[in-house]
Amino acid sequence: MAHDHDHDHHHRDHDEGHSHLTRIEARVKALETLLVAKGLVDPAALDQIIDTYETKIGPRNGARVVAKAWSDGSYAARLKADATAAIAELGYTGRQGEHMVAVFNDAATHHMVVCTLCSCYPWSVLGLPPVWYKSAPYRSRAVLDPRGVLAEFGVTLPETATLRVWDSTAETRYLVIPQRPPNTDGWSEDRLAALVSRDAMIGTGLALDPEDAAA
Amino acid sequence: MNGAQDLGGQMGFGPIGIEADEPLFHGDWEKRALALTLCAGAMGHWSIDESRHARETLHPVDYLSSSYYEIWIKGLEKLLSRHGFVSAEELSRGMPLSPSTEPKRVLKADMVAAVLARGGPTNRDRPGAPRLQVGDRVRTIVVNPAGHTRLPRYARGKTGVVERLHGAHVFPDASAHGQGEQPDWLYTVAFNARELWGRDADANSIVSIDAWESYLTEDAS
Repeated sequence: MAHDHDHDHHHRDHDEGHSHLTRIEARVKALETLLVAKGLVDPAALDQIIDTYETKIGPRNGARVVAKAWSDGSYAARLKADATAAIAELGYTGRQGEHMVAVFNDAATHHMVVCTLCSCYPWSVLGLPPVWYKSAPYRSRAVLDPRGVLAEFGVTLPETATLRVWDSTAETRYLVIPQRPPNTDGWSEDRLAALVSRDAMIGTGLALDPEDAAA
Repeated sequence: MNGAQDLGGQMGFGPIGIEADEPLFHGDWEKRALALTLCAGAMGHWSIDESRHARETLHPVDYLSSSYYEIWIKGLEKLLSRHGFVSAEELSRGMPLSPSTEPKRVLKADMVAAVLARGGPTNRDRPGAPRLQVGDRVRTIVVNPAGHTRLPRYARGKTGVVERLHGAHVFPDASAHGQGEQPDWLYTVAFNARELWGRDADANSIVSIDAWESYLTEDAS
């Protein structure tokens, strides 16, 4: 499109320190310049948003929820009954986590979360989604061939286990509580949290085995 | 709409692009795209449903060949221009040329933490009682609306079981088109994979969607 070239020229002229801007980089920069010049966007607010998702909100939040659920039966019960409230107890609330549901893996059932229609993801506990979660291969196949998808992540379930896929078609956001690994009796919540990967909370992974985590 | 966004069950996209040690952003422009989308949304002139619809009305070729933050930026440009904040000429020249709509509010840095922590809950009070109960067998409607819907194609005309009632939530099919929130009862409905995909599907897989009451009819069979 012609106007993209205009963006390129306009910004290459002004952007010292970058010898080359791709078309999309130029397009975003032009849009920011325009919105700031019009007083519609505060650049300091942009920085604040970025800082929030770079340093404050990420999968460590969710790992703390999982570790607490593993350690504290009454917390697990509250999480099962009202995940939004139980997660808020740890201070995690807000955007893309307004209506939370926690789903618990056990020997009989494995849960996995997708958004086939866009990129719905529980930001308040997992942060921003990885690229693959938002991309066509995962979104198309997670509902059609979930076992094949899991195999790509290196996860094989017993054939008798029920595989439950949650397609996030509304504003409900799903957090998978993986099974607690064996040989972790008496572990602190901090130690347990280190076993909980982002993928385990999407359901495309399992919690780490303590021996693997130590390796 | 039956756009490129409705991906469930499509084939041919190849392996999942799992990236070891994936960075949070692939370049500064992605950070700015995220923040611009949130800041512009905070002006309060469109709903999350309208912004989703702006993205899914990209031409399918454009949608499928764009990265997700590219889709966001292309959608954002549409929203800004539809609501009178920017003109095509301003976008092409990257400078203000004419006055724009007065924003309801402009998100300032000191408001960001509170705004993000509050989010945008979609549960609403509504009169009456839900028509369906947990355990009911239901059939999803068969529709092909030209506008926004959150009923994916793969789950239309299928029989499942109501698992959970979430209360009443903003109805996206209306909200996306400036028709108000029209809160409707929202349920989780679970389907056996064979109901969705046929006899070759894994009998031990279950797929659920969240479905508004108007997507559902009682299953007579």
